[in-house]
Formats: sequence, C-alpha cells, structure tokens
Amino acid sequence: MAYALTLYMLVALPFIAALLIALLAGGSRLLHSGIAGVASAAGLALLASLAGPVVGGAVPSVTASWVPSLGLDLALMVDGLGLMFAGLILGIGLLVVIFARFYLNEGEATGRFFASLMLFQGAMLGIVLAGNVLLMLVFWELTSLSSFLLIGFWQHKAEGRQGARMALAVTGGGGLALIGGMVLLGLVAGSFDLATILARGAQVQASPLYPVILALVLVGCFTKSAQFPFHFWLPHAMAAPTPVSAYLHSATMVKAGVFLLARLWPVLGGTELYTVTVSSVGLVTMVFAAVVALFRHDLKSILAYSTISQLGLLVMLLGFSLKMAALAAVLHILNHAAFKAALFMAAGIVDHETGTRDIRRLGGLAKAMPVTAGIATLAAASMAGLPPLGGFISKEMMLYETLHVAPFGLPWLVPVLATIGATFSVGYSLRLVWHLFFGQPRDPEPFARAHDPAAGMWVPSALLTVLAVLLGLVPMALAAPLVGTATAAVTGASAPVFELALWHGVNLALILSVIAVAGGAVLLWRHAGLLALWERTALPDAKRMFDAVLGYADSRLRKAMVAVHTPSLQRMVLVSVAVIVLLIIDGALAGGGVLTGTRPGLPASGPAIIAWALLIVATAAVVNDARQRLRVLVYVSVIGIVVSLAFVRFSAPDLALTQISVEVVTILLLLLALNLLPKAPPTLSSPARKWRDGALALAGGTLMGAIAWAILTREPGASISAYHLANAKPGGGGTNVVNVILVDFRAFDTLGEIIVLGIAGLAIYALLEGTARGAAGARLARWQEDMPHSPERHPMMLVMASRIALPLTLTVGIYLFLRGHNQPGGGFIAALVVAIAFLLQYLAAGYDWSDRRRRFGEHQMIAWGVLVAMATGLGAMAFGGPFLTSWFDYFSLPLIGKFELASAMLFDTGVFLTVLGAVMLTLAQLSQIAQRAARAHARTLADKAQESAP
Amino acid sequence: MTYELLVSSAVGVLVAGGIFLLLRARTFQVVLGLTLLSYAVNLFLFASGRLVLNRPPIWDKSVTEYTDPLPQALVLTAIVITFGMTAFIVILALRSFLETGSDHVDGESVPSEDDGAQEKGE
Repeated sequence: MAYALTLYMLVALPFIAALLIALLAGGSRLLHSGIAGVASAAGLALLASLAGPVVGGAVPSVTASWVPSLGLDLALMVDGLGLMFAGLILGIGLLVVIFARFYLNEGEATGRFFASLMLFQGAMLGIVLAGNVLLMLVFWELTSLSSFLLIGFWQHKAEGRQGARMALAVTGGGGLALIGGMVLLGLVAGSFDLATILARGAQVQASPLYPVILALVLVGCFTKSAQFPFHFWLPHAMAAPTPVSAYLHSATMVKAGVFLLARLWPVLGGTELYTVTVSSVGLVTMVFAAVVALFRHDLKSILAYSTISQLGLLVMLLGFSLKMAALAAVLHILNHAAFKAALFMAAGIVDHETGTRDIRRLGGLAKAMPVTAGIATLAAASMAGLPPLGGFISKEMMLYETLHVAPFGLPWLVPVLATIGATFSVGYSLRLVWHLFFGQPRDPEPFARAHDPAAGMWVPSALLTVLAVLLGLVPMALAAPLVGTATAAVTGASAPVFELALWHGVNLALILSVIAVAGGAVLLWRHAGLLALWERTALPDAKRMFDAVLGYADSRLRKAMVAVHTPSLQRMVLVSVAVIVLLIIDGALAGGGVLTGTRPGLPASGPAIIAWALLIVATAAVVNDARQRLRVLVYVSVIGIVVSLAFVRFSAPDLALTQISVEVVTILLLLLALNLLPKAPPTLSSPARKWRDGALALAGGTLMGAIAWAILTREPGASISAYHLANAKPGGGGTNVVNVILVDFRAFDTLGEIIVLGIAGLAIYALLEGTARGAAGARLARWQEDMPHSPERHPMMLVMASRIALPLTLTVGIYLFLRGHNQPGGGFIAALVVAIAFLLQYLAAGYDWSDRRRRFGEHQMIAWGVLVAMATGLGAMAFGGPFLTSWFDYFSLPLIGKFELASAMLFDTGVFLTVLGAVMLTLAQLSQIAQRAARAHARTLADKAQESAP
Repeated sequence: MTYELLVSSAVGVLVAGGIFLLLRARTFQVVLGLTLLSYAVNLFLFASGRLVLNRPPIWDKSVTEYTDPLPQALVLTAIVITFGMTAFIVILALRSFLETGSDHVDGESVPSEDDGAQEKGE
C-alpha cells in the first residue's frame, strides 16, 4: 500500500485537470493547454517514480472498497503492461497537448477541447491501471463517451457529428457486450479482482460459459480496436481534429481493445477457439485494411486504414497464443504508437499549412516543408518496416512468428497472407511519402501556401520520430526492460529470453521481409493502374450499410412504439385504469376474506349526514354538468369544504386548515385559467363510449369504496405512530405531532416535497413565459372575452375591503406560522394563507397595480426556501447529528418569559418561503397572461369603435 | 349510518366521478377529474389512520389517547403537492390550447375519438 497515494493521484490528476479547465472555460488557449500539459507531465513524473519497482518485478497496487455488495472496488495496480500503456497515454498525451496548443485557433472552444481530452486521458489511465474488472468497465464506457465528445468537437460539421455518433454506437454497443462478458467472467472466476481472475484461467476455460464469455469480450475488444467487421467507424472518426486522431486513434483508444486482449491473455488465451478466432480476425483485418489504405486519398483516411491494419496485426499476434508472439505484439505496440502518432501530427501539419488533406492535390512538398517531410518520411519508413527503424524489428518478429502456426493444417497459409499484408503496408507507406513530398506539385494552390509550421507544432512529432528511430538503433538499451516486463505481465509468466536486433542473419523471415519491400515498391510503381482497377470494383460502403441498418431499426421501433404506446391520452388512461381495476379485483379474489371487519363503527351525527349528501350531490353535479364551467367550480368548492369539515370532525385540524386554504388557491387558479380556455360546448361523447367509461368508473369507485370500508372496519396494525407521539415533545420539542413529523421525523420527505413544489412553480413559469411568442402569442392577441363582465373592473368595495384585509390576513399567517410547532398551523398553512392575502390584492386591484407594489421575487423565494431548509439540515450535520436532526432549547427573556427556540422553526421557514414562492409565481404569472389577453381584447374593441365612429 | 360508511362511500363516489371525468376528451374535464380523484385519494390515505373523534394529535400531559398523526402528516403534504400538480396540469392545458387552438387532450392533429370515423365503426 506504499504506493496508494501515487496510484490514486495518477488516475485522479487528469480528472482534476479536466474539471479545472472546464471551470476556467473562459480562459485562454495557453491556460487550458498549460493545465493539461502540467497534469500530463506530473502524471508522467508519478509514473516514472513507479517504473523502477515495476521493472524490478513489483506490482504496486491499492484497493479501497467502493460498492462491496457488487464486488466493485477502487482497485488500481501497475504491472509491466499497465506501465507501458500508462507511459504511452501520458507521454503521447503531453505531446498531443503541445501539438493541439498550436493546432487549434485562439477563437475555438479550447476549454471544452482540453477538458474532454483530459477526461479521456483519465479514462484511459483508468482502463490500463484498473485492478478490478468492474472498475475497468466504468472507465471503458467513459472512453467511449469522452471520445464521442472529442470526435464531434467541431459541432458545426455534419461529418463530425455523424462520425462521433457512429463511433459511439459501435464502441458503446461493444461496451455493452463487454459488460456482459466481464460480469460472466467475474462470476465464473468467483471474483472481480483482476489479479484473482488472472490466476484462475484454468477454472474459466473449463466452464461451459467460456465460449460465451470469450465471444462477448471479443466483441468488446474488436469494436474498440476497429477489427473487421467493426472497423468502419474509425475512418469516419477522422472528422475529429487531428490532435484527437493522433491521440485516440494511434496510441490509446483503439489500443484499448488490444490492451484488454493482452490483459486477459492468461485467462482467455491458449484455447483452440481463441487462437483460431482471434488470429483469423486479426489476419483478415490486417490484409483487408492494408489493401484499402493503398487506395484512399484523404491523408487521415490512409492513416486510419493503416491503423486498422496494424491493429489487426497486433490482434493476430496475440491470437497466436505464443509467448514470443506476445512479445512481438508488445514491441509493436510501442513502435506503432511512436510512428503513427508522429504521422497523424504530420498529416495535421500538412492540412493546417496547405488547407487540404487530399493527397491527389498535394505533392512535392519536401521543397516547401522540409522538416515535416523529414519527420513524416522517417515515421512512414518505420511503418513500412524498413531498417534501421523500430518497425522493422517488430515486423520481422511478426513474420517469424507466423511460421510457427499452422491453422487448418496449412503451415503456408498465415505466412503468405501476412506477407501480402506486409507488402501492402509497404505499398501504402511508400505511396504516402512519395505522393505527398516528392514528385511534382499536382495543384499549385496548396503548394504555394505550404511552409513548415512553428516549432511547437513539429517538435512533438519529431520527438516521436526520434523514438521510432532509436527503437530500431538501440532496441535493447531503450525498450528491452520495459518490453520484457510487459510481456511477463501479458503472459502471466516470466518473459522469454529474447534479443532485439536489426540483423538476425539470413532466415525465412528476412526473405519474406525483402519480398514485402520489393512488392511494396511495385505497388507504388503501378499505383495508377491499380487504382483504376480498384475503382472499377464496386465495394459495399460500410457507412451506407450502417445507416441502412439504423434506419431500418428506427422505423421498426417507431412502429412498435406507436402500436404499444398509442398517441391518444384517452386510450392510455382507459387502459391504465382498467388494468388497475383488474389488479384490484385479482387481489381481492386472492384474499378471499370478508369485506366487513369487526371494528365497531362510530354513529354519524345528523349534520354529518347532510354534509355527506352535499358531497355526493356536488360530485354528481360536477360529472353531469362539466360543461357549465363556472357553476362546476362552485360544486368543486362544495366538495372541498365538505372534505375540510371531515378533517375537522375526525381530529385533523392541520389538514382542515391546509385543505381550506388550498381550496381557495385552487379555485382562484381554475377561475383564471377558465377565462382563457375556450367556452364553446365540447363535442359530445357517443352514448356507447359514455356507457363504457361509466361502467369502468363505477367499477373503480365501488372497489375503492370497498377497500376503504374494509380498512375502516378493521383495527390498525402496529405502526410507528406510537413512537412519533411519544417522542414529539421530548425529542422534537413540539406538541403538534403532525408538524413535528413534517419538520423533524420525516423532514427529508418534506424537503423533497417543497423541492417538487418549487420545480412545479418554475415549470409553470417557463410554460407561461413562452406564451407571448409564436402561435400562442398570436392566439392570445386574438383572444375575445366571451363571458359577461362587470363594466367596473375593480369594484371600489372589493378593493377597499381587500386592502383592509391584507394586514389582518398577514397577521393570521404569521400567527399560524409561529404557533405551528405546538398548535395547528405551520409553514405550509401559513404560506397558503399569506398567498391568499396577496392574491386578493391581485383579484381586487388588478395585476398591474399589485405587481408594481410587489417587493419580492418569487424565484428567489423558492430558491431561498429550499436553501434555508437544506442549510438547516446540514447545520445538524455540522453539530454531529444526522441530516435534518432538529435542535431546540428553552430560553427566558424579561417581560416575555420562557420561550422555545428550535431549528425546526428555521426549516419551517424554508417550507414557508418555497410554498409561498411557488403559489405566488403560478398565480401571478397566470394573471399576467390573463391581463395581457384582456388588454388585447380592449384594444380590439377600441379599434372597432374608432372604425365605426367616422 | 356510521361515519365509516359515510367516508368509504364518499371515497367510492369521488373515485367513480374522477375516473369518468379523467376519460373525457377536453382538458378542463380531465383537470376536474384529477381534482375529484385527489380528494378521494387524500381522504382514503387519511382514513387509513382510522376515524377518531375529538382526539387531535396535539400532545398534552393529561391526554393518553390520540388519533394517528402519521397519515395526517403525509396527507398534509399531499394536499399541497396536489395543488402543485393541478396547477401544472391546468397551465399545461392552457399552453397546449394556446399553441394548437384545441383543448382536446390529444391535440388537434390527432383525430378525435369522440367524433371520428373510428367511433362510427364501433
């Protein structure tokens, strides 16, 4: 655990940098790249401090529990493989940051760019350093997401958006498969800890689930590493800014699949199924993509296909399940990262300085940009596998290893195909360099503009090229310890004895190599003729197929959705209610019990029966008379009053107060809304429909009534209410148990409620705010008053009465609030009463008059309310109690005497503010709209009067 | 006649009326249906604490028996939230009328089930 801090810092640094850059998004390009660069450099330094021990054989690791019930731990470890990949991620990351600093223009959203880049870096580091496979999956998904952001960085470009979407669909889809594979793997191995899984290869391979696991994991790896037939997303991802391609599509993101194959090599590798599948997919990809690369014209597209081909090579090598092949793969990962990132940067430089990436328009650039040409030529030579460069050594090893496998009993098959692949690799590498930098300029316009860029842009690629050269010249000194440790980590055993050198004497591999180089030269020589031949053969376009599949799925799903989810609210409600009714019937039948229980009933008083009758009649009237809108509101308020009375009768004074005040506010709201809704008689439902709905309503009503009856005639079971009653005074400091429950025992509920109410208020504001514009605005302007109105808009009596009532009502509200903890009242009720007091002013004196005298903002009130309530809860935590614990004590002051102060009061203040804000916001906004409509109507009337006057 | 019968029958009647209105085609009727259902639901929840006369849950040294305070607390917030919901639905209905010129719950673009050809076919 000595390395715990180093390891956590290593993975956390990029995320911290991403956050910092995002927070400083307004800053300059230099600031953003500076933060990213410093973070990468610091990460590199941390990693360097671990390099010694890792190469020495130690595996620094750390584990902290995260979600133990799932087996998900925050476990990190660095072995040879992790060290090598982390070094690539951070090292190339640093160079890419420098490159991007010069590549992007000052006006672009560099904050977003570098924040996404750092997010990606952190995710990649997480993958290669994760010591828990579930944690690795989390980071894996994060790379898909962050690469989506990076590929689509130029949001104004359609191809960028489409490329990003395709990359996300393919790699994200593969990620889903991988999740399944990894979870199965963990279950079979009995642990999600990576080291444990790696040690249980035999157990996993003996399991009947092994083929499933292998298939799912391979889909994940192949999609990420762009293996055939999932390769097509990578060329489209080239719509990304070049620094992104240099980073994601050379050394990191696309290598994640290869990394995972290598990582799980001891568990999954070695079986015949594995060897045949993985090596043949790799081989096919290698040859196929190398051929395609020869005939592309966009620089980045050539590089994309060459990357696919090189990834195929790596996958094939890992698929061989041979130790030396694994070693070749590890070495080639290093080589490829060096030369491919350098080449992407060179392509970016050419694009940046000439304005085009079309190789058919370029040529002879060596004269105009000698530095770039030198860098790119060396890097491409390494890609072609020419001596004395790093690429030569690893390609030689690859060819040598192909001689050791004989699939289907055919020992010549793999060497021949691999040599063909290598030939085309030489071909496209030579063509890239030759058509780009030598010969005659094909198009004078880009040539005239071309020049070598500022040093900041070419130095990163130069450094990588130097690395590519040194990997060929002094491989033992430079790479042997790292490659050895990494190979040991891949194979789960000690590394084989090996020697890296350019010259191994004349052997079959060398002969194959010579054939490949000669063949490549021929391909370049005959390129024009081959290209014509290639263009005559119509190959299926992967993007069109992808789009067709997506389009097909889209239309099918849409049909299925419409079939299941009809766009008719009426039908949906009908089905929902019917299902609920059936469920209740089913439950009642299953219970099979008696309807009426044994609890004795309370004989009803005469007035109660009258009130009940009023409720029944009013409900019937509401249903029957729903078109007489104004009258219906009177019936509704009758129901509301009866319900309030019921609360009074059945010992619930708080509820009665709340119900009656909500009643007033609701009726006001409905009145205001009704004024604006159409009054024309609605289309009548057909009798059949009415009967059907009526039958369903009757069934629902009967069942609910029966349930209520069954409950009411039985004794209650044991509940937590006794605890609440016993502890309200000693624990909560209040005698009104309902209020204590609201602000103390179940204050978290209440907090949620007021947040919902606040959101509802704000949503209503948003809904009404937009009505002034568009179709709604036009309709509002045409609004006609269609109910008889009193000519006196603001009757004097009402205005004066309401102004006198205002202070009185406010006093009642404050009184209700203050006594709420001990007597019926509290924040909810007080807020409603105060809201009614203000709404009366709106009603009597009009919106404009009241609004001018308003001293508070409802939005702020909602925000403050929620904040005060939350702060009260957090305050309890500061004193060591759980969230929202209330505190109270008794004090005494001269004259006033003994009184109580409770933190619950503060919480209730929050409730009060939020409820008041939400109610006022809703009603005030609605009355403003109504006012606007009325004014528009008045204008129309005035216009008409003017027209008729002369 | 017991109070229990009055309350449970009132719940039943309110639910029946609420469902019927909920299935109507015009937004205002649906709002009314929701209002009736809300009354019913609040009454029902409240009744789950049983009906008790003259024993409000206000703690007092001399009193030992109280009504159940918990359903009351739950219903109290439910009443306020009901207002929030009703208000939201009303405004939603208003906005949708202003945008589309129709106060049919499915908007004007969807053929009305009430007077369309589908109805005649039934």
